[in-house]
Amino acid sequence: MTAPRLASGRPMSDLVLPDRIETAMYTDPDIFTAEMERIFSKTWVWVAHASEVPNPGDFVSSFVGLQPVIVTRDRKGRLHVLVNRCRHRGATVCERRQGNATSLVCPYHGWGYAQDGSLRGVPYVEGYTGDFDKSSLGLKALRVEEYQGLVFASLNPEVETLSDYLGHTKLWIDLFMKQGAGYPVKTSGEHRFRFPGNWKIQLENTTDAYHFPIVHRPFIESLDKQAEETFTFLGREGFVEDLGNGHSVMVMIPELIDLEANLDAPIPDRFLPLANELAKTHPPQEVRRIVRAVGGTGFNVNIFPNAACSMAFFRILRPISVRETEVRHIAIGMEGGPAAANRARLRLHEHFQGPMGFGSPDDVEAWQRVQRGVQGGPDLPLMVNRGLGLESSSVNHLPKGGVSAETGMRAAYQMWKRMMSA
Amino acid sequence: MTAMTVSISNSAISLDEAITLIWTEADLLDRRDYESWLALWTREGHYVIPVDPDARDHVDTLNYAYDDADMRRMRVDRLVGGHAISSTPAARSVRILSRFRLMEAGPAHCVVHCAQHLVEYKFERQRLYAADVTYRLTRSDADLKLDEKVVRLINAGDALGSLSYLL
Repeated sequence: MTAPRLASGRPMSDLVLPDRIETAMYTDPDIFTAEMERIFSKTWVWVAHASEVPNPGDFVSSFVGLQPVIVTRDRKGRLHVLVNRCRHRGATVCERRQGNATSLVCPYHGWGYAQDGSLRGVPYVEGYTGDFDKSSLGLKALRVEEYQGLVFASLNPEVETLSDYLGHTKLWIDLFMKQGAGYPVKTSGEHRFRFPGNWKIQLENTTDAYHFPIVHRPFIESLDKQAEETFTFLGREGFVEDLGNGHSVMVMIPELIDLEANLDAPIPDRFLPLANELAKTHPPQEVRRIVRAVGGTGFNVNIFPNAACSMAFFRILRPISVRETEVRHIAIGMEGGPAAANRARLRLHEHFQGPMGFGSPDDVEAWQRVQRGVQGGPDLPLMVNRGLGLESSSVNHLPKGGVSAETGMRAAYQMWKRMMSA
Repeated sequence: MTAMTVSISNSAISLDEAITLIWTEADLLDRRDYESWLALWTREGHYVIPVDPDARDHVDTLNYAYDDADMRRMRVDRLVGGHAISSTPAARSVRILSRFRLMEAGPAHCVVHCAQHLVEYKFERQRLYAADVTYRLTRSDADLKLDEKVVRLINAGDALGSLSYLL
């Protein structure tokens, strides 16, 4: 396979420089097509959280790049990720977002598939010759692996193990999952929205602390003084680290890296009503642990190309076209945890996220302004040089910048360049 | 207790009274007169927009909005504050509410089901939102107040655009 080229003949990978990218990265449909092939069809892509399919027969619809897939759990409890396309004449076999079923039956001619994707039933099979081989006509299966409940799939049979791919992010994912406070982390509903803009604009944003005090001023103003102080992190000790393979972590609130450390710190005022409620049924140390978990972590882990463990929720992006992207903000709860704590988590999610949140709509407005803006000056670059020259070397011997450095974006774009050169 | 208050508290709230309040609210929202809107509510009331139109247990499921009095105040401050780039300028809206049914009616409260069609306009784009709306109205003193409003968008589970106003 030769590296993809622009219509002009230039290699697409030339569009990424160490400190800037070219505008065509957001606007050229040929680049989008190549990204679906070279990135979304080659590496691990987040498809589900294990708690969405807890029981045998459970399924949830998802996407790998542009391809619709079904994530299923079979009778034996194993996960499968199957392309949602009947092997006969191509109809989707599932149009529901989530559910439980013993089999997936194509509505067109009735071909039936088990939850592991194997073809079980073909009506009037005598219409085929004796060498008709059902065993070769199962739903197309992807590679599937899981880490800490995060389920990833790959269309590439040769892909490295998920563990190797996630690499240095695993430590941070482990820390992120401490917001279960000892209970298993489960998903608790989601907000989905689309914006007219390229998927990489959202990818950048998860590792962009620079915009926070500007775009999210109305959110910060809606908090009490103490919380306002917590969310004022520019110019402080936070940092951004390149974690390799295009991944990065942005630490905004260093005190909230390890939610189980320093549990004796005072409980913030805005969590006192919850703490008092929990104190009726839980010992003091457990109350502190749960309350700390409810507030979420102080960092975003950006997992290239489509997922993030973002403070207190999962952020999943889905490219739709060069100028359209869908974003899911999936709420997190504690499976079997105190109802008051899970309720508080839902209210916190609603406060920032979603089409009526105090944060997301302003992000969306900024991103679509980018897409509109880059119609002008197509010869001008997009600058991702903030913090370059001021970085140090991380424990992993990778670049580490200040909290508002564009280190994470550079990490993602260098991975993009590597994959688009292969 | 005067004869007047006895007669008010003994008669069930009528559909006409309820519709008068619901249309007043609709007009205030389309004119973005949010301060007057806040005054229509009981102190304990909730303004709810669920993510799942079939959900009934709103406090324990994810919503787009689950607003008590404090949250309604904060939401209004955000919409009129001028710092939220998504709502400055706000979209214009025109809404029609109809298909009213009185589901419960007593002297102190009533429950009304109705349909809402709302057209939103901003930056050369119109969008249509259809919703089933359930109101719980409460009579306190002589006034009828909003005690609960649940807006179930028919496409609530889909990817939605930003809402820079109140449904």
